[in-house]
Amino acid sequence: MAEANVVLLDFWPSSYGMRVKIALAEKGITYECKQEDFQAKSSLLLETNPVHKMIPVLIHNGKPICESLNIVQYIDEAWNHKPSLLPSDLYKRSQARFWGDYIDKNVYNSVKRVWTGKGKEQEEHNKQFIECLKTLEDELANKPYFGGEDFGYVDVALVPFTSWFYTVETFGKLSIEEECPKLVAWAKRCMQKDSVATSLPHPHKIYAFALQYKQRHGLE
Amino acid sequence: MASSQEEVTLLGVVGSPFLHRVQIALKLKGIEYKYLEDDLNNKSDLLLKYNPVHKMIPVLVHNEKPISESLVIVEYIDDTWKQNPILPSDPYQRALARFWAQFMDDKCVVAAAKFVLKVDEKEKEKATEELYEALKFLENELKDKFFAGEEIIGFVDIAAVFIPLLQEVAQIQLFTSEKFPKLFKWSKDFYNHPVVKEIMPSKDQLFVYFKARAQSLAAKKKN
Repeated sequence: MAEANVVLLDFWPSSYGMRVKIALAEKGITYECKQEDFQAKSSLLLETNPVHKMIPVLIHNGKPICESLNIVQYIDEAWNHKPSLLPSDLYKRSQARFWGDYIDKNVYNSVKRVWTGKGKEQEEHNKQFIECLKTLEDELANKPYFGGEDFGYVDVALVPFTSWFYTVETFGKLSIEEECPKLVAWAKRCMQKDSVATSLPHPHKIYAFALQYKQRHGLE
Repeated sequence: MASSQEEVTLLGVVGSPFLHRVQIALKLKGIEYKYLEDDLNNKSDLLLKYNPVHKMIPVLVHNEKPISESLVIVEYIDDTWKQNPILPSDPYQRALARFWAQFMDDKCVVAAAKFVLKVDEKEKEKATEELYEALKFLENELKDKFFAGEEIIGFVDIAAVFIPLLQEVAQIQLFTSEKFPKLFKWSKDFYNHPVVKEIMPSKDQLFVYFKARAQSLAAKKKN
């Protein structure tokens, strides 16, 4: 489905941006992707997201939508053909939103603390990160995807962070596979989907970005 | 109307803006429910069972299935009971409503809590600045009597209930009418909306909640 009027403002290492790319790919929507530079935010970004001045921003027919999970829900509702990202069962839908919220509140921060951390705090940050993953692993249980048989909203919300796993393991000196084997298996399963494989950068690219970031901010 | 009204239970603590959001939503839809008052400093087994991840109220239990997180609960209520819609039907308008409701939680509630709980003058000043930064956007966003429209309340209004809780009930002046004239009026109008007025706690109840909240936060810090 060719959409002349779908633009995504993105920053390639952002897990939040990846969520939107996956959702757009799942629905087969073509779009223009514009990369932002955080040192010099575009006037388009500042105009379309004056509140947070952050990517991702989806601009559909000139109208901006901000906040990644908000955008994912918008995509699911505005293009309501299959596949559906949110479950049709209302209770399962509420649980999907709950876990999306949990991931938003916990994953980004715990990931960042591990790869930017140092010294004595490192162990505590590692512990919190693994605890967070274990909570999610418990929720996944023995299902192929968080939503059950089908890839959906919670998978979209979480899988981008797996592109950061190599970075987290290297800087944190930990093995995610040892601690959360089911989650790692889930990540591999997701990567078999085109929408995911084409939306996530290679983990080594993320690592190189993280290294540069740490050097620039004196965090080594 | 609810076909199984005995099967809707709500766990909460009176005075919590998050609880009151859910109560407004239920009241708007005319859903009857059983209310169970919990204790922030001595959480019930039921709460721990129904919300093992956050151990926080409110929790809605419908047909024995629990839902946590106030805005998630409000959306569930809107999805399940179709009368008096809380979210608009247009996808773009829905996205806007969700954006502003999330903004309430991410920026406003946190800043307001700091404003109320901070004793240190410097920290209070900083909290005021943060709060006013956030409220400026809301003031701008308010185009009608309510966020949802001229005569109807909706998702964003419900999310913002902490404002009249503080301005009207606790009578803690977050802001003056000079500073944010539209929000000032909105706070009074929303507080006086018949559905909301029935839900609002008394000033005493609210202060009991503040005290309990401060206690539980202090206990958390210690651990």
